[in-house]
Amino acid sequence: MAVAHPLDKYLRTDRIPTMWCPGCGLGIVMGTLLRAVDRRIKEGSLKRENVGFAGGIGCTARMTLYPLFDSAHVIHGRAIPFALAVKIVKPEMKMIVVGGDGDLAAIGGNHILHAIRRNADLLVVMVNNMIYGMTGGQVAPTTPRGLYTTTTPYGNPEREMNMIKLTAALGANYVARGSITHPQLLEQYLYKALGKRGLAFVEVISTCPELFGRHIGFRSPVDLYMEIRKRIVIKAKPSIEESDYSWEKGFVIGEFVDRDEPGFTDTIYEYLNKIRGGGVQ
Amino acid sequence: MGKVIPISGNYAVAYAAKAADVDVIAAYPITPQTAVVEKLSEFVANGELDAEFIHVESEHSALSAVVGASAVGARVFTATSAQGLLLMYEIMHIASTLRLPIVMGIAARAISAPINIWCDHSDFMAASDTGWIMFMAMNAQEAHDLVIAGFRIAEDPKVHLPVAVGYDGFLVSHTIEPVNIIERDEALKYAPKRVTWYTLNPDKPITLGPLASPDWYFEFRVQLQDAIEGAREVISNAFAEFAQHFGRKYGEVDAYYTDDADVVLVTMGSASGTALAYVEEARKEGVKVGLINVRLFRPFPEEFIAKHIENAKVVAVVDRAVNAGSSFVGPLYSDIAVTMFKRGFDIPVVNYITGLGGRAVLKDHIDHMVKHALSLVGKKMRDIKTHYAFVGVRE
Ligand SMILES: Cc1ncc(C[n+]2csc(CCOP(=O)(O)OP(=O)(O)O)c2C)c(N)n1
Ligand code: SF4
Repeated sequence: MAVAHPLDKYLRTDRIPTMWCPGCGLGIVMGTLLRAVDRRIKEGSLKRENVGFAGGIGCTARMTLYPLFDSAHVIHGRAIPFALAVKIVKPEMKMIVVGGDGDLAAIGGNHILHAIRRNADLLVVMVNNMIYGMTGGQVAPTTPRGLYTTTTPYGNPEREMNMIKLTAALGANYVARGSITHPQLLEQYLYKALGKRGLAFVEVISTCPELFGRHIGFRSPVDLYMEIRKRIVIKAKPSIEESDYSWEKGFVIGEFVDRDEPGFTDTIYEYLNKIRGGGVQ
Repeated sequence: MGKVIPISGNYAVAYAAKAADVDVIAAYPITPQTAVVEKLSEFVANGELDAEFIHVESEHSALSAVVGASAVGARVFTATSAQGLLLMYEIMHIASTLRLPIVMGIAARAISAPINIWCDHSDFMAASDTGWIMFMAMNAQEAHDLVIAGFRIAEDPKVHLPVAVGYDGFLVSHTIEPVNIIERDEALKYAPKRVTWYTLNPDKPITLGPLASPDWYFEFRVQLQDAIEGAREVISNAFAEFAQHFGRKYGEVDAYYTDDADVVLVTMGSASGTALAYVEEARKEGVKVGLINVRLFRPFPEEFIAKHIENAKVVAVVDRAVNAGSSFVGPLYSDIAVTMFKRGFDIPVVNYITGLGGRAVLKDHIDHMVKHALSLVGKKMRDIKTHYAFVGVRE
């Protein structure tokens, strides 16, 4: 059978086309993530059978349905505890948590705090499309101040939540922000993140043309894409302070944290071996 | 009189909260409820409603926030569905036992897993032991009216309890119907704001919810039971006065053709509309079938049910939820069966479970139930081998 796309071997092609709206940024996120996984598999630093996906609920979390790997679509906000438990029981797994800003920063916000505190060995990919997509474009904690959404018809009065600052402050091993408008850089960050122990957090600035773009006056997916692209600022070594964003200031992308502290799995196994006098694997 | 406009059940609920002049709304979006809070945020933003809208980060926070606002004497509202309601479950008990008058809309939806966003009553029924007064509306007009009646009942000094108004997800929440909108002045004449519950007040400090030791905890639960029992009279009066103010008559239950029916169907929510259409046709063909629509679910309207099944030979209860492993299976069935047992009815009462996860409840399904129930006429309960059946399920 002819191969239609180089990534088909990683896709449940019977589930394609995806449920995503035409022009949604999520296709780029998934493609980029799978390319990063592919590079790791090809170079032998990751085994295909050890890759697992977990997502909560939302358009982003739906991504767990399409890749041809083990995956779990759990309830809204709770993908991190699920993935962490898988990782502890099967330390050889590379668990990838994908979720929207609602899933990971709002309802699941508590879990991310504790996953980072533990430096849990997970790759957490948070797609920031600046609203709750699946439920219809309501204001999210990440919505830039002043923007219109379906629940802030006169503009969002609240401050936007900067997850980069939070994850950096709590001690994640790797923290980066990419954008679907710059997929090569994004792939670079995801590739690097996949090789880290401890918690790797990658925020992806993405587009929801259907419910965000149209609400703020962009009639087509391309218009929104170009608008976001204009607002992206690429920095080689940005400071944590520079991760603060606003619609006017734009979004700095780059690698904010890259360190190598022991991850939760190492810590817990070391501890178990200490109290049991060795032999725990 | 208000004006009639074509709106969805969700908007009907939002218009009702606006008419009741709520002070604080806190909510998190979830399908199929979301449009309620979107509409309310629009009312708040454009100044049509002078209220605070809190965009919280989960349903647990939503109900916690309205509990806080109610505890300082605000008139409060929230709405949710399915997983959102389950996440509120912990706080639902807090709200009722702290005796805080809150009104909540529930666009009834199936619960996970697997995820399903369509209508059944699993979420609503899961909340039935929380000490809330619970109504299930049959259509958008009822949802609108019950929210306004809900505030009057909740804030009544003899009650001081939270009220939930259920309405079927999509079937009612998203269907556009003509709704006679109650205006703010009329709503406030019927349900005036009066703060008679215990509130936090720096001049006369109280503490809400501190530890109650075994010496005291029990009494709180007894008071909750007494309060919800005592609400029966207040609810009856609220309905009677509703009819005087707005001309629409509601009862705890509605009964159709029950006087001489051999089989009495018992349904809730939008399926009652389908069942009624069926019953009217069947009557023309001489089938002796009647119908009870249960509007008030908590406190359970036992007396009203008992009155309308007095002449029945079989009672057929339709449920849209399953309590797996229980002795009763369908939750509405359990209340009906106990109601009958306590009064010594010795006729078959059977349970048909249907329409889970949004599967349509059709007249054909009702016909199947009624035909089966008719075959049991003349039997006693002890003659029946299985008391429940799933209707409309894949083979
Ligand atoms: C407990 C609970 N509350 C609410 C919902 C409804 N819900 C589903 S997805 C979602 C948010 C989606 O936004 P986000 O996580 O940002 O993901 P996106 O769809 O934008 O990718 C919400 C509120 C739910 N499924 N469960
Ligand atoms: S609603 Fe927005 S985020 Fe969801 S699939 Fe459509 S465009 Fe993408």
